[in-house]
Amino acid sequence: MAITKEEVERVAHLARLHLSEQELVTMTSQLDTILSYVTKLNELDTVGVQPMTHAFSVSNAFREDQVCDSLGREEALANSLCQNGETFVVPKII
Amino acid sequence: MNPYELTIAQAREQLVAGNLSSRELTQSCLDRIEAVDGRIKAFLVVNPEQALLQADEADKTRAYGKVGNLCGIPLSIKDLLCTKGTATTCGSRMLEHFVPPYDATVVAKLKGQGAVILGKVAMDEFAMGSTSESCVFGVPENPWKPGYVSGGSSGGSAASVAALECPGSLGSDTGGSIRQPASLCGIVGIKPTYGLVSRYGLVAFASSLDQIGPLTRDVTDCALMLNAISGYDPKDSTSVRRETPDYCTSLVDGLQGMRVGVPHEYFGEGLDPEVRAIVTHGIEILREAGAEIVQVSLPRTDYCVAVYYLIATAEASSNLARYDGVSYGYRDLDAKSLMEMYKETRSKGFGAEVKRRILIGTYALSAGYYDAYYKKASQVRTLILGDFNRAFEQCDVLISPVVPTPAWKIGEKADNPLAMYLSDVLTISANLAGIPGISVPGGFSRDGLPIGIQLQGPHFREDSLFKVAHNLERGLGLPPQRPEVARMD
Repeated sequence: MAITKEEVERVAHLARLHLSEQELVTMTSQLDTILSYVTKLNELDTVGVQPMTHAFSVSNAFREDQVCDSLGREEALANSLCQNGETFVVPKII
Repeated sequence: MNPYELTIAQAREQLVAGNLSSRELTQSCLDRIEAVDGRIKAFLVVNPEQALLQADEADKTRAYGKVGNLCGIPLSIKDLLCTKGTATTCGSRMLEHFVPPYDATVVAKLKGQGAVILGKVAMDEFAMGSTSESCVFGVPENPWKPGYVSGGSSGGSAASVAALECPGSLGSDTGGSIRQPASLCGIVGIKPTYGLVSRYGLVAFASSLDQIGPLTRDVTDCALMLNAISGYDPKDSTSVRRETPDYCTSLVDGLQGMRVGVPHEYFGEGLDPEVRAIVTHGIEILREAGAEIVQVSLPRTDYCVAVYYLIATAEASSNLARYDGVSYGYRDLDAKSLMEMYKETRSKGFGAEVKRRILIGTYALSAGYYDAYYKKASQVRTLILGDFNRAFEQCDVLISPVVPTPAWKIGEKADNPLAMYLSDVLTISANLAGIPGISVPGGFSRDGLPIGIQLQGPHFREDSLFKVAHNLERGLGLPPQRPEVARMD
């Protein structure tokens, strides 16, 4: 087994996902197949190889710090399912 | 010929000559959509009033003088590119009611040229898939055969162009999502070099792999559309500052002095004999056009799927963390606590494939597993780029199949994620290396399903791809065959 049901449950929590018992069973089996497959990368020696982060490296993508128009409050709030005209509203945090 | 049958270049000629107005052309496409989209299911939303207004605007602009090549041309847009005022769902419940307050840079560029936006087309949820079956609002079908997949994730883009609903579409390609559906639907599609086209306003899947590109009925149209969308954009920090050439100047006959490489790893086990025969024929066509054919090797091809499904999922798990229900997108309004709101929102808003990839990516990035999975994959990615760089010392362009098989039946691979992932084996390496790739129609299987041929080139050598693609298209001389749906109206 590359991954256990308990590990899938732990990862689901990290990803803020709630899985039903049935989903958990299916996902564990599918993730196990996929993670077992990717272990084939261990056949390759990568000692001393730099990890690649970007396909075409661009460094120092700077721009002038200029004041320009941005979204107004109404537009910025328009897509939220729960807002009071001034802010986004969420369940009580503390 | 009905206006909807015209390619972009043909329509442009008619528009310039004054034989056709954009309103007539747009109305013709809208009628066509009305007639066939019930069967094709490419469009998630069609905006007839807005499209006709844009068409009238284009006709007016044209009357005043010089206009862009796409002025008055009706197009479809994959539903992950933000369109101001029009819902952008990404094929997901999560974004079902999301109406972007701005246009993606590519959409703004098309509108700036006077192009007409007909509507938004179907795709796999968050572009995660190879068949568009994970689109929660309906699955597009292959115009060449009912019940067969149109490919994915830009399946709606490919189906809309192949079914003659519009002459061109914008899609996106993270692991083959433009080239694969183009191949399965018998049209042209290019994934440009990473950084050539701005990703601003593209709903992110895997940021180091995603690129936007056009899908069209022929190579000339593809060059015309890429001309319109490429170039530096200060709003995308990965967009590359360099002059972009006019790709139409590459559409010249003859390949003398060009070397075309054949990577033998792309012709291995699992390749359908009909696909092999069509690509082999394509190689002969290029030889006849004057190209020198050389054998090359991409020794890590067999590892690309594993690298891709770690890197793409890791980036996706991070990108999709933003869907928390707070500022936009679906929210579970019954949740009592913040944690419950996050979990219920994400669990109800995302479909199975998206959850699966978030889980793989989160696992690969989690403490204790990062080195073994994500770092290892990123190191192998360096080796894969090295393989391409060595191959391009021996040749200008690589030729290969796009997909190992023609289109398959809807549902056939739906229960086996790994089998689905493996069908991407020939396209994902271009995304890992950041190089451009184009799919050009090569012919048909005995069952009447299209089969494409892929060309890949070094970074920013789209000009070489267009030159070879043009000669391939010309040499093959495929008659303008029409899918079944086209003969039925």
